[in-house]
Amino acid sequence: MVDLRSARFWIPCVVLLALALLPVYAAAVGQSFYVTLFSRILIYALAGVALNFVLGFGGLVSFGHALYMGLGAYAVGILSSHGITNGWLHLLAALTAGGLFATLIGAVVVRTGGMTFIMITLAFAQMGYFLAVSLKQYGGDDGLTIEARSTLGALDLGNNTVLYYAILCCLVGALWLFNRILGARFGFALKGIKSNERRMLALGFPTFRYKLTAYVISAMVCALAGFFLANFTKFASPSYMQWSVSGELIVIVVLGGMLTLFGPVIGAIVLLLLEELLQAWKPVIYPPIEDLISKHWQLVIGIFVILVVLYAKRGIYGFMVGDRRQ
Amino acid sequence: MTSLLEVSGLVKRFGGLMATDHVSFAVEPGEVHAIIGPNGAGKTTLISQLSGELQPDEGSMVFEGSDISRLSVPARSLAGLGRSYQISQIFREFTALENVMLAVQAHAGRGFSFIQAVAREPAITAPAFEALRQVGLADRATALAASMAHGEHRQLELAMTLAGNPRLLLLDEPMAGMSQKESEEMIALIRTLKGRYAIILVEHDMDAVFALADRISVLVYGRIIVTGTPTEIRQNRMVREAYLGEEESP
Repeated sequence: MVDLRSARFWIPCVVLLALALLPVYAAAVGQSFYVTLFSRILIYALAGVALNFVLGFGGLVSFGHALYMGLGAYAVGILSSHGITNGWLHLLAALTAGGLFATLIGAVVVRTGGMTFIMITLAFAQMGYFLAVSLKQYGGDDGLTIEARSTLGALDLGNNTVLYYAILCCLVGALWLFNRILGARFGFALKGIKSNERRMLALGFPTFRYKLTAYVISAMVCALAGFFLANFTKFASPSYMQWSVSGELIVIVVLGGMLTLFGPVIGAIVLLLLEELLQAWKPVIYPPIEDLISKHWQLVIGIFVILVVLYAKRGIYGFMVGDRRQ
Repeated sequence: MTSLLEVSGLVKRFGGLMATDHVSFAVEPGEVHAIIGPNGAGKTTLISQLSGELQPDEGSMVFEGSDISRLSVPARSLAGLGRSYQISQIFREFTALENVMLAVQAHAGRGFSFIQAVAREPAITAPAFEALRQVGLADRATALAASMAHGEHRQLELAMTLAGNPRLLLLDEPMAGMSQKESEEMIALIRTLKGRYAIILVEHDMDAVFALADRISVLVYGRIIVTGTPTEIRQNRMVREAYLGEEESP
């Protein structure tokens, strides 16, 4: 039963409602920049939620999920470069590529665990990165410019506000889907595997199949985020698959709270807003120090992340809702 | 009468050490077959080969007429071998009921169900609750497993094993670390299971073994030196020398 007074019900509701009203507010104050800033945030939130499905609930610490975002982006880029602008085909290609690669890679990595899993997912993502760099006909390491955004029937993704709402809808859909999965038999088993895999085997669960399926679902949602990223930037670049992006996704998950479904959304909002804020900092109070902060904004973020991890182990959202369970 | 489980010529080597040395024995339907032996005799190694966590180097295991030696751990569990662990293997972050629900779900099939809430599936919750009731934990259903006492963990461990409707229970030291009173309760509990399940009982607690077992096999240095009824084992000279002699005090 959903308790309407509990923080884990109303915080997501308030945040999602605010996100839904954001373009209206941006139009009212004449700052269309907010819509593009938050489009990027929502894309990372979507990828973060997808990663957290295997990381937080399955105990699979993937350090290579940027690969699937990159695959989604390249699906759009490559098809567009051949004159195919149909967004449904782009989506199909992105999800298929993500699913296919995740099945092959997952069949290898999911057999491992712990440190090996982290390192081997990183290795596969780096292979994807260098593969993209070597694709000279698709821009090599310069990346691939996309002429126009995908055409999705009546949806005009060329309009920033429409694109924003499309991403938001997908984020809400993904949250709903993962919420259902985690409450159903499959998610129950996944959480059991994270808790004690040996016992799950002894109970009769073929755990490999469960972990692989979760990994593939997570990767496909990341590919969806990649589809939006390519549309948002009108660009597909090898840098989307770089290890630092995989790392950023992990930071989003940990910062927001990896034992919660909604945590990564908060994590993405806080991290990307902080980046934006610090980089664009205008000195007002004491310029010498403030200049230093905006120049070394990454250092400030680093300290912030360390503080959160040390003092709010369950992440910002986990800290706000207080209790231990999903 | 055909045996439920027929183990023959089982061998497991760890380097030069023969941890299991040509072990053969049979478990009859409904029988409690205890395996005793001094520390390091290879009891847990033997159980792990039965449950599939270790692969034997030689020998065969036939369960209900079919060879199970090549089956994986989950496949053996689904075939009807339920194992409990010497050191409780529970899901600490889950409630007692959820622990047992996972055990029920493993055998209920349709694990790849993505939408329907499992907490509202009576087909899962009802048998789980029933298993908790059987081991006397019904009033602890909503307690977090991590917060339960050691003795309760042992009961929960048993409830999870029972929830899979096994035909053969592999109980690896169910009394391990229990107080005198808890052990007595566990003996009473296992006695209620007698006849309904065939049980392989590996146990250090001699009171428990002699109170429960129909037959006893004595394992020394990986070899079964004798199998017999409790009375036969008590009177066996070899056993007294090899094993019981060490604790002749009472």
